[in-house]
Amino acid sequence: MESALDAIRREAGAHGATRVSRIVLRIGTLAGVDEDALRFAYEALAPSSIAAGAVLEIETVPARAHCAACARDFGAGRGFIFTCPACGGLSGDIRAGRELGIARLEFPDSP
Amino acid sequence: MNNPTPPPTLPEPGVRINALTGAATGGSSRALSGPLSAEIAAALTASPSGEVSVRAVDVNIPLLEKNDILAERNRGYFLGRGLAALNLVSSPGAGKTTLLERTLDEFGLRTKCAVLVGDLETDNDGQRLSRPHAPVAQITTGHVCHLDAGMIARAAQSINLDGVRVLFIENVGNLVCPASFDLGEQARVVLLSTTEGEDKPLKYPPIFKSAHLVLLTKVDVADVLGFKRDVAVANIRRVAPQARIIQVSSRTGEGMTEWYDYLRALAAQA
Repeated sequence: MESALDAIRREAGAHGATRVSRIVLRIGTLAGVDEDALRFAYEALAPSSIAAGAVLEIETVPARAHCAACARDFGAGRGFIFTCPACGGLSGDIRAGRELGIARLEFPDSP
Repeated sequence: MNNPTPPPTLPEPGVRINALTGAATGGSSRALSGPLSAEIAAALTASPSGEVSVRAVDVNIPLLEKNDILAERNRGYFLGRGLAALNLVSSPGAGKTTLLERTLDEFGLRTKCAVLVGDLETDNDGQRLSRPHAPVAQITTGHVCHLDAGMIARAAQSINLDGVRVLFIENVGNLVCPASFDLGEQARVVLLSTTEGEDKPLKYPPIFKSAHLVLLTKVDVADVLGFKRDVAVANIRRVAPQARIIQVSSRTGEGMTEWYDYLRALAAQA
């Protein structure tokens, strides 16, 4: 979370903003990030940062894997074993779900 | 044929929107209505006059933790030197050091190797792996249960890597935390020994999921232990279908040729 707030401060500076009103994070289900722990860290760190008062929104990206035999992607659901729903084949080719980043920021400007 | 594109309905950047009424002023006199104005209004902290402007920026900044940045630096350093780095991970006692001893004595005679070995305490493994033809650095982590990219960067500077084609990184014996720490390796090798349960891959999936190669070790004693190799292999395949599997015994030498072929191919790519 600290590195996220650093990045937000830099981005705000680049846009000439002194505050941020909304932070949208994009987090994959395989990123190994616990949303509750992240929100806890945010609530601890944000008030004394550029993000004071900002809304934290988390977009969850579901895991998707690719089945080579069927040449298609499929939603991988929970767990670590990715079975193609069409052919039952196993896949280790992860195409989505490892995302961890800041998707969008909104800066308010004083009139 | 070419229909003109309809005019955009979103306000241009810099347009002021009255958060209370949704009226837009500034770059355009168009007033906003409907869900968009509600969305924007909700996103804003209105000034006392109720008039603010908002800039929503799609930034798409990946949050690389410090370790990942250092790992990428290591990867570039290793590739720049033309050496293949392997990160060997397993439970304590799965046979990482014994595997490396034999590998240095056979494969290491023709292809120059180096080893960075991590343990919480003692330099026992560093001493066991010490060979005149292969530089070794022992990393003692104290209380830390894994190696991280910063430790590797420092340890790699401490030995002479001239002419080295294969760098083995023997991680701290632990099947959990090392999974989360990229060291900048080209290949992650997970060892599963026949003295463990066949279902280890199902119990500790993240580390197996991240494996390029799984070595099933101590296969010479599998039968004595009642270890079912086929069950273990099936479990590895379920969790890590991407990984190659080689069955080895560092004692009898079974499978070692295949392991050396793997190393040779990896070094050729580096």
